[in-house]
Amino acid sequence: MLRYILKRSGSLVLSLAVASLIIFAVTEIAPGDPASFMLGLNAQPETLAALRTELGLDVPKIQRYFSWVGGMLTGDFGTSYTYRTQVSEMVADRIAVSIPLAVYALTLSVIIAIPAGLFAASRRGGAGDTGVMAATQLGVAVPNFWFAMMLVLVFAIHWSWFPAGGFPGWDKGFGTALRALTLPAIALALPQAAILTRVMRSALLDVLGEDFMRTARAKGLSPRQALWRHGLRNAFIPVLTVIGLQFSFLFAGTIIIEQVFYLPGLGRLIFQSISARDLIVVESVVMLVVFGVIMINFLVDLAYAAIDPRLRTRA
Amino acid sequence: MSLLDISNLSLSIGETPVLRDVSLRIGKGEIVALTGESGSGKSLTAFSVMRLLPQGSALSGAIRLGDTDLTAMDEPGLCALRGKDIGMVFQEPMTALNPVQTIGAQVSEPVRLHEGTTRAAARARAEDVLARVGLPPDRFPLSRYPHELSGGQRQRVVIAMAIVLRPRLLIADEPTTALDVTTQAQILDLLTGLTREDGMGLMMITHDLAVVAGMADRIAVMREGRIVEEAPTRDLLTGMQHPYTKALFAASAHRVALPPAPPPEPLLVAQNVTRSYTLRRTRLFAKPRVVEAVRDVSFTLNRGERLGLVGESGCGKSTLTRVLLGLDPAQAGRITLNGAPLRAGSAEAPVQNRMQVVFQDPFGSFNPRHTVGRLISEPFHALPDAPGGQARAQAIAAALSDVGLSPDDQHRYIHEFSGGQRQRIAIARALITRPDLVIFDEAVSALDVSVRVRILDLLADLCRSYGLTWLFISHDLSVVRSVTDRVLVMQAGKIVEEAPTETLFTAPRHPYTRKLLAAVPTLDLPLRESTERHV
Amino acid sequence: MNRQLAIGLGLSGFFILLALVSLVWTPFDHTSLDIPGKLQLPGSAHLLGTDHLGRDILSMVMVGARTSVAVALVALVIGLSFGVPLGLAAAARRGSWLDQTIMRGNDIVFAFPLLVMAILITAVFGPSAVNAIIAFGIFNIPVFARVTRGAALPLWEREFIMAARVAGKGPARISLEHILPNVTNMLIVQGTIQFALGIQVEAALSFVGLGVQPPTPSLGRMLADAQTLVTLAPHLAIVPGLAIILIVLGLNLAGDGLRDQLDPRLRRHRV
Repeated sequence: MLRYILKRSGSLVLSLAVASLIIFAVTEIAPGDPASFMLGLNAQPETLAALRTELGLDVPKIQRYFSWVGGMLTGDFGTSYTYRTQVSEMVADRIAVSIPLAVYALTLSVIIAIPAGLFAASRRGGAGDTGVMAATQLGVAVPNFWFAMMLVLVFAIHWSWFPAGGFPGWDKGFGTALRALTLPAIALALPQAAILTRVMRSALLDVLGEDFMRTARAKGLSPRQALWRHGLRNAFIPVLTVIGLQFSFLFAGTIIIEQVFYLPGLGRLIFQSISARDLIVVESVVMLVVFGVIMINFLVDLAYAAIDPRLRTRA
Repeated sequence: MSLLDISNLSLSIGETPVLRDVSLRIGKGEIVALTGESGSGKSLTAFSVMRLLPQGSALSGAIRLGDTDLTAMDEPGLCALRGKDIGMVFQEPMTALNPVQTIGAQVSEPVRLHEGTTRAAARARAEDVLARVGLPPDRFPLSRYPHELSGGQRQRVVIAMAIVLRPRLLIADEPTTALDVTTQAQILDLLTGLTREDGMGLMMITHDLAVVAGMADRIAVMREGRIVEEAPTRDLLTGMQHPYTKALFAASAHRVALPPAPPPEPLLVAQNVTRSYTLRRTRLFAKPRVVEAVRDVSFTLNRGERLGLVGESGCGKSTLTRVLLGLDPAQAGRITLNGAPLRAGSAEAPVQNRMQVVFQDPFGSFNPRHTVGRLISEPFHALPDAPGGQARAQAIAAALSDVGLSPDDQHRYIHEFSGGQRQRIAIARALITRPDLVIFDEAVSALDVSVRVRILDLLADLCRSYGLTWLFISHDLSVVRSVTDRVLVMQAGKIVEEAPTETLFTAPRHPYTRKLLAAVPTLDLPLRESTERHV
Repeated sequence: MNRQLAIGLGLSGFFILLALVSLVWTPFDHTSLDIPGKLQLPGSAHLLGTDHLGRDILSMVMVGARTSVAVALVALVIGLSFGVPLGLAAAARRGSWLDQTIMRGNDIVFAFPLLVMAILITAVFGPSAVNAIIAFGIFNIPVFARVTRGAALPLWEREFIMAARVAGKGPARISLEHILPNVTNMLIVQGTIQFALGIQVEAALSFVGLGVQPPTPSLGRMLADAQTLVTLAPHLAIVPGLAIILIVLGLNLAGDGLRDQLDPRLRRHRV
């Protein structure tokens, strides 16, 4: 088991290193000099040079890369070109919106999908199955931001059950904050729930066809008992993969949904920085998101080993 | 009174009738074998008794276990019965166990389910029964997972699971088909012993007549959903009545008539061939482990000779085949064909094309998207003077005729042919370039016995017409005995014995060869006492 | 042909046809403004109503669908033409440095969520339809590489490949002659899925301003324009939204139907 974790950790570090290199390289080839962009066209060469020194733009690229990575490892994400504040502070506020939103949406998606998949698989070919499958086809096709607009139209404007947008902050009380995140979370969760339902259903059907399920029945287990005791854990192996993928999807999806609901999350920060050409912010936030995605995949790999004993010994 | 009494059982799945009027009795402590070729309905009879049938099955007739009629029982009643009164052992030990549960959990499950005992008590029972099937807890703790066991050990776990509650009836569906011959002998002994000790009834389903002859008290032969003949083993073997039974047994004992081999003149010479694999490191700083699948193998195959290669799975015979075919490189040693060295992976080598191969799987050996004509002419690819146009068409037609198919078949696709026909096509492909040497890699192992006989006869015919040289690789010793002049026995990557076929089978010298031959079930039962053997 | 496939082809075919027709004819000029006639509800004059500048929505949907389909299709072609050869090569040289590199590279690209990749590219090179296509095209490459490799690996173990090798054929030839035809089914199915995803991605990127730029209409841009007006004129959002849903639904149904049609093994699920 330890061997397995070590091995995965190795590839985790490698992935992070390569990803950071790519991000750094891509932002480096961006046309234009951030310093002259910040000071406008009429800047004095001396002020420009001073600013470049302040921003650390005058040192060799390799050195800049390592100080960027080294800074991030210690929580220093650099200074925003436009706001002249620490990126880490800006990011910290925004993450308090984006991560809870993604987790909220993932929870909803799993809560909906697991029972729906079980239901459809247990009634395979029946009316219930057909209904669930048709609903999932529709759910997969609906763009989440469009669905978000419709939710606002109905539940915020027509019925005023939920706020149409904005975020009061966690200090205004957990309930209030959660309420503000509910419509965005539903909008994010529903298409993902549709995908997860389909995966759950087909994973279950695959497992039901396995020889060991027949063995279980031959022991005297009822179909339901066989499913619970032998089927579910095996079916969770592919489901877990998709949950891992979905978290990255949801994390990125918040960027768009935040636009619809005017939520002060990472997404809005990114778009503001793009329009201000504040590349240090873009660079650091992108790295942060990629870090999150790679970490989640790492955790999913560990969860695999917990579910599947074959991985622990094989490594 | 009999323990199990099946009377007039008929079964159809959807619109298709699969069992017709099957009647069979099994008494306490009795072993009844149900045999027949694939599709004869023997497995479905077993699943009918378990009442584990696919959806859309319609059953009629009666299946009585003691006083209860299983066909009249509802699902909860059947669940209470399965695993407690009837245990079942399956064909595929690799997939019959849940990969994510320990063997302890799986073996103790029936105990907890049917007797509601505590976890600790159930585990104690599991330890006892695992010890009984030859997996003592000190070497095989309950915390093992299935993937940590070999095929034979897994089959023992499956048997333990089936007998932990001492059922009245045990059903074994091809329990040794997926196992090696020495493992098969152990599992058959175990099943027989358990049946006698516990006074269970055993319904033994197998296609292998030799297995049947060796252990059953009574034999029922099935064909197309019917029992065509049923009798005590000795009576059936000495005085079989039904023509199908006769044909089946004749096919099993069939010997093909090979033409005599010409005087020795070396064709393929292997000298000190070694092929090893480097396993992936299991520990971070450990040296990677190297497995020598083929170790220092040397042999000579003469022109016109039919050489056999036998051994159990994992002995290295597949690896050796791949090395000979040039699919894998050898780390050491030298192989020459007609005196010219063979090199692995060299597409240009004309030598390579002097050798062809017929594989085991009649379904996997062909690209489903090509016509038969294109498939069998593929070996022309590397021939410098490959025929084209009219000559090629003639060669294809002739190759198909040679193997008993119609030249018109070249325009059809592979899915339109049966397993036996596909092996004929595979032979046509192997022979179309008139190679010096053909390698048969388990080429008849996947076929039913009656089809197998026809293919072997075809090989003998072709041998007479074209004077073939072949290397026949198989785990099935009886087949090898019938189609080879000389045999190599392989164990753990080494050739341990080499002798003319009849000498090897009648006077084996190496202990491993003796062990192998002793494990092979034979049809010569009337000479042997079967009933007292395992008591 | 099964029912799913028929419905799916019908739906997606209808919209692709609409998009093609827009090349030669639309009910109105989709660029002509008519401020007095703005925000009309669907009616006899304008079948699907008009937007905040009085443009005919049906005409815009037709032209917008064309943009969306084009973006998705080009990205699909990029993914196929790089991903499939990479996947074939990786499978042919299983375990080699080439395979390792390709698979590692895939993992890295997969670590960038599509939107993040688009953001990075747009932040650096500026927002445009071409950059959206490049971002989604790059995203598609590892998808197809992985699908191709995954489908090809078991084929390489099959005996008909060994027979071809015994016949002296090299890995490139075997990949083209034996592997590719046998993974095509899987690629077609994955292709329809990625096509559908492409429509959604174009919509999402254009919605947040990272995709197609004005004045080119696209379904995503129509939704972006509609966002501020959705309370006033819901049909501005509903019509293009439904168009996206129906195209994607059609493509997904077609994909599922094709999979069942092409792979008889999937129809035989044991109980």
